[in-house]
Formats: sequence, C-alpha cells, structure tokens
Amino acid sequence: MTLSYFIQQLLNGLSLGGAYALIAIGYTMVYGILRMINFAHGDVFMMSGYFMIYAITVMPWNIAIPAVIIGTILLGTLIERVAYKPLRSAPRMSVMISAIGVSYLLENLANYLFTAMPQSYPEISILKHVYTFGSITVSRVTLLAPILTIILTLVLVLLVNKTKLGMAMRACSKDQDTARIMGIKVDNIITITFVIGCTLAAIGSILYFTDRNTVQPYSGSLPGLKCFVAAVIGGIGNIPGAVLGGFIVGICQIVITATGYSVFSDAFTFVLLIIILFVKPSGFLGEKAIEKV
Amino acid sequence: MKKRLLAILMTTALAASLIGCSANSSSSASTDGDTIKIGVFEPKTGENGGGGAQEELAIEYANSVRPTVTVDGKEYKVELDWQDNQSDKTVAVTAAQKLISDGAVGVVGGYGSGVCIAAGSYFADSNIPTIGTSCTNANVTLGNDYYFRTCYLDPFQGEIMANWAYDNGYTEVATIDNVGNEYTSGLVKTFTDSFTALGGKIIDAETFQTNESDFKAILTNIKNSGAKAVFAPTDYLYAPLLLNQAADLGLSVQWIAGDTWYSNVLIQDAGDNANGVVADTFYAEGGNSEFDTGFKEWLQADSSRMTTNLDSDAIVGNHAVAYDAYMVLMDAIESANSLDGAAIREALSSMNASDGFACGPYSFDQNGDAVKDTSYICGIDNGEWKFQSEEKVSK
Repeated sequence: MTLSYFIQQLLNGLSLGGAYALIAIGYTMVYGILRMINFAHGDVFMMSGYFMIYAITVMPWNIAIPAVIIGTILLGTLIERVAYKPLRSAPRMSVMISAIGVSYLLENLANYLFTAMPQSYPEISILKHVYTFGSITVSRVTLLAPILTIILTLVLVLLVNKTKLGMAMRACSKDQDTARIMGIKVDNIITITFVIGCTLAAIGSILYFTDRNTVQPYSGSLPGLKCFVAAVIGGIGNIPGAVLGGFIVGICQIVITATGYSVFSDAFTFVLLIIILFVKPSGFLGEKAIEKV
Repeated sequence: MKKRLLAILMTTALAASLIGCSANSSSSASTDGDTIKIGVFEPKTGENGGGGAQEELAIEYANSVRPTVTVDGKEYKVELDWQDNQSDKTVAVTAAQKLISDGAVGVVGGYGSGVCIAAGSYFADSNIPTIGTSCTNANVTLGNDYYFRTCYLDPFQGEIMANWAYDNGYTEVATIDNVGNEYTSGLVKTFTDSFTALGGKIIDAETFQTNESDFKAILTNIKNSGAKAVFAPTDYLYAPLLLNQAADLGLSVQWIAGDTWYSNVLIQDAGDNANGVVADTFYAEGGNSEFDTGFKEWLQADSSRMTTNLDSDAIVGNHAVAYDAYMVLMDAIESANSLDGAAIREALSSMNASDGFACGPYSFDQNGDAVKDTSYICGIDNGEWKFQSEEKVSK
C-alpha cells in the first residue's frame, strides 16, 4: 500500500463523511427539539439534488446555489406544516409514521416527476476544478466538503450556545410546555430548526451530488439511513456528535470497500448501530439520560 | 337487526367476489369478442425504468405494424395489456398474476432478468407462452417450458467481451461486480473464465452493493492495480457514476461493458467521460434498413414518443429484440392456428422463421433461447455510439 493510495482513500472517506455529517445534523436537531426521527430528511436531500438540476438550466450557478437552498427550506418547512404540525399533540409514534409516509411520497413523486432514469447533476465549474499532486487526483469539492462541514458546525454550535435563539431552542428541547409558559413561540422555534436542517441538507446535497454526478429518486434513501445511524452513533440530539458520527460512518464505509469487503459495507454501518445501542446507547457524545424517580 | 343485515350484506359481497374469481379464472386465455390480449411485462419505473420504456415503445410500434392476428380464418385485434413490474421482484409477481387474471394469450417482456425469473413460473403454471426481450440470464428460460427469448444469454456476452478484450491487446483487466445482481455476476463470471482460458489475467476483482453511489474507493483500488481495461457489466444506473468518478480520480482505462450500457443516455449523463466506452448489443442501427426507417418515422410522428426515447430517434438493441419478441409471438400464434397456450408453445419450439424481424431469423433451442452466435460491438466515439465490429463466439 503506497502513501498516495492511502491519502487518496482518506480523502474519499473525508469527503463522504463531510456530506454525511451535514445530513446527520438535520436528523439530530429535529430529534433534539421534537423527539421524533424525521425519516423524510434523506428524501428532502434527494429533492434538493433535483432542484439544482432544474435551477442550473435557468440561472448561473452563483444564483442557483442560494435558490436551491431556499427551495429545500420551503419544501422542508412545508412538510413540517402539513405532515408534522397537525400531529403535535398525537403520540410520537404517529408523527414517526407520518414521516415515513412523507418519505415514500417524496420518492414516488420524484419517480413520477423526474422518471426513474438517473439524471446527471450539473457540473459547477468552481467546485469541479481538479487538482493533481503526483499520482493523487482530487477535485476541489472533495477537499471542500470536510472543511465546509467543520466551519458550518462551529457556526451552528455558536448559534445554539451563545445566542438568544439558541437558548430558546435548548429550552424547547428540554421542555416544550415550560418553554411556552416562558413566552417562547415553540412553533417558530420548530420551524427554524427545520430551516437550519434543510439548509445543511441542501449544502450537503450540493457537495454529495457534485462528487457523485447523478441523482435518481432513491438517491436519498440509503444515505438518509446511514446519516440517521451517524446521528445515533454520535449521540442523537448532539450536534458535534452527529458530525463525528458522519465522519465515522463515511470513513468506515470507504475503508471496508477499499479492503475488498464492499459486500459488508452497508451491513457494517448497521452492525455499528447495534453495537453502539448495546454498549453506549446514548452515543459517543450524547448526554446520559437521567431517570428521575 | 342492524348486525344481521350487515352479516347478510357481507356474505353476499363475499359470494359475489368468489363468483367473480371463478368466472375470471375460467376465462383465462380466452378471447373477448374479436380481440385478444397480449401482456406487456416491462419495468416502466424503478432502476430499469428507462430501458423498459424503450422496449415498450418498440412493442407499441410492432403492434401498430401488425395490429391483428388470424387464427382459424378469423381475424382478431391484438390489444396490449401494459403491466409495470417496477424492476421489483415482488411487484413482478403481482404484475404476472394480473396478466394471468386478465386472460392474456401470450406475454412479451421484459427488461432485466431478475423480474423475469421471479414471474416466470407463474406464466408457466398458467400455460402462457412468454417471449423475453432483453432478459439475458440463463435461469430465465432454463427449466421453464413457456419462457422463450429473442436475445442472447449472459454467458455468451461475457465470452464475446473476453474475446474482444484479448483480441485488442488487453492482457491485464480489472472487473467490477455488483453483488446480488444476476446479470452483472453472470457476465463477470463467464468473462473471467473465458479471459483466463485465453491467457489473460484478472488483476483486480472489485465488488459493490446494489444502490451504491460512491465508487471512489474501488476505483482508487483499480487505479492502484495498474489495470489498462475494466470490465464493468453493471446495470445502466451505475454507468455514469463509474465513468464520472473515474474521471475525477484521474483513472483513464478502456471501459468494457455489456448490453445495458449501450444507450444514448450514457452520452448525455457522462459527456466526454463516456468517450471510448465499448459495449456489445443485440442490434446496431444500420443492420436492417426497413426496420430502422419504419421505426424512426413512427417515433418522429409523435413528440411524446421521442421524449420517452430520451429525445432522440436513435435505435438501440433493446428496440430490436422487443420488436422481434412481439413478432415472434404473432408468428407462433398464426402457425399454431390456435389461441391455446400449449399449442403456441409447440409452435415456438419448432419455429424457424426469417421474415419480418429486426434481427432475425429465429429458431429456439431446447431451453427456449434464440439460436445466435454473433454480437455487435459498439463504441462511443466523439459523443456518438458507432458500430465497430461483429464479434462471434467460438463454438
């Protein structure tokens, strides 16, 4: 195994991990506030890929990127308003089932609107620039993905810990009823959570699909599941945890595939989930649940 | 009182549905006035949706060319019964059962071997002769008396491509296999066997799982192995992903694939990265001018057909085998002079027809496979599929 081979595979793992981390944050934040797993998140990510395909045909890339982010936010908040808000007082299981329903709806909608054929993702030249160092070839987006992920995470952690909005979010995640009594508009906070989650999913989709070139209606389902696992591994509800989990899942997937066991790459992700749930159910960085008696 | 009424109502409903059932099953393979139903068993959606849609176009065209069939001096109108198997083995069984209960006289289809294997025994149990289009796995027809096909088999393609690779000076080749996919694994196995028998060497055998979209790890391995050519007979879905990601990694090799890659979408999806790709196909445009011009005119006559055919009037191998599958079935019905499944099956197994096909003549071996020994090798040159050579299998 040469050094250049090792570095190339490491870069593959970091860029995949970075994209996973951004999606995993969406899972973890929604769980933190609503105590529900937003199973439609992976499909929102997929739809965001299609938005870019259509946006780039009518506008230059520097307008298309914000347009795609806004489109994804609108879709995410629409889902929240239509499918989750009416179930606010229903048992958590109902909201979860509603999320699964939305997930299937989006997949079939994409199948209907965009056909099952994979569609090629536009090449955004500024992201696609290819660097060559000796025998290592790497595109700019591969390098950018992990760096951008870490910067966005830092911004988000600051937002949650240092601002009034962040305080309101933390209050909602602790106890919604008390937060409401304290004058926090819980519904607005939930919407903002979805806005942040969808922004990151849109950025994640640009990084992920630019590197992988095609979008099809089921592009979001497996990455979605893996990012959910990433969020659980890191400690669901914890933002740095989701990022850590994203990188762990991404790098493990590349390592397993590179060593010739690609048959087990998906299985490994879920075995990892089972092990974590047995050994450390709260995840690597998750808070320990304190049972009050 | 209310309860009793409900009970009576439900019993009646149940009885009615049972009567409906039995009426349905007894009318199996029967005719409705002067029309007969021919089932079309193709994936309109799912991972093979694109190829399935192209075959459906060719079947629709074949139906417009030959809208009637004469049995016992009586002319029957042929009505196509479209069932989407969604490229899914479970849905395929449901689609097959729907065709059986609709009373289809025969079935044409489909694209992708897995769904055909899943549905095959249902057709056979109901004595419905089925003509496969581009389902190239050996197990589709093996042990199934009622499944025939107009395309050649996977082992054949693997052997053809191994011959091609060796003839063109490649001695060290890497392979990419999709674990759990009958088509890809079948081709990779026969390619490996034939290629090593010829004296070549497989220096890297990579695998990936269905629905994978990240190939950077295995492509980095191939780059590291120093292979000059890669045999990757995957489903179409993965083709642009492999080509584009290989380009990103600076991996430049000769890509060799099976018939699934022979599609114009590849040129759209992979652009310049698709140049140089080589694939074999059942039929190459230019092989039969009568079929080419007729089908092109029909496609151009309706813009929605052109859209389904990916905004192009280009003809691919799937069109030809799907067209032929319909024609073979029509010929068999007429030569059997009967609408009975067993009689049509007999006519198919003794068939030796040469007229009216896109890439005939047709006769079938004891398994129900079309007897063929030639495949067309095409390559992408400057953003266009070009016919390169005919490659024969050494018998």
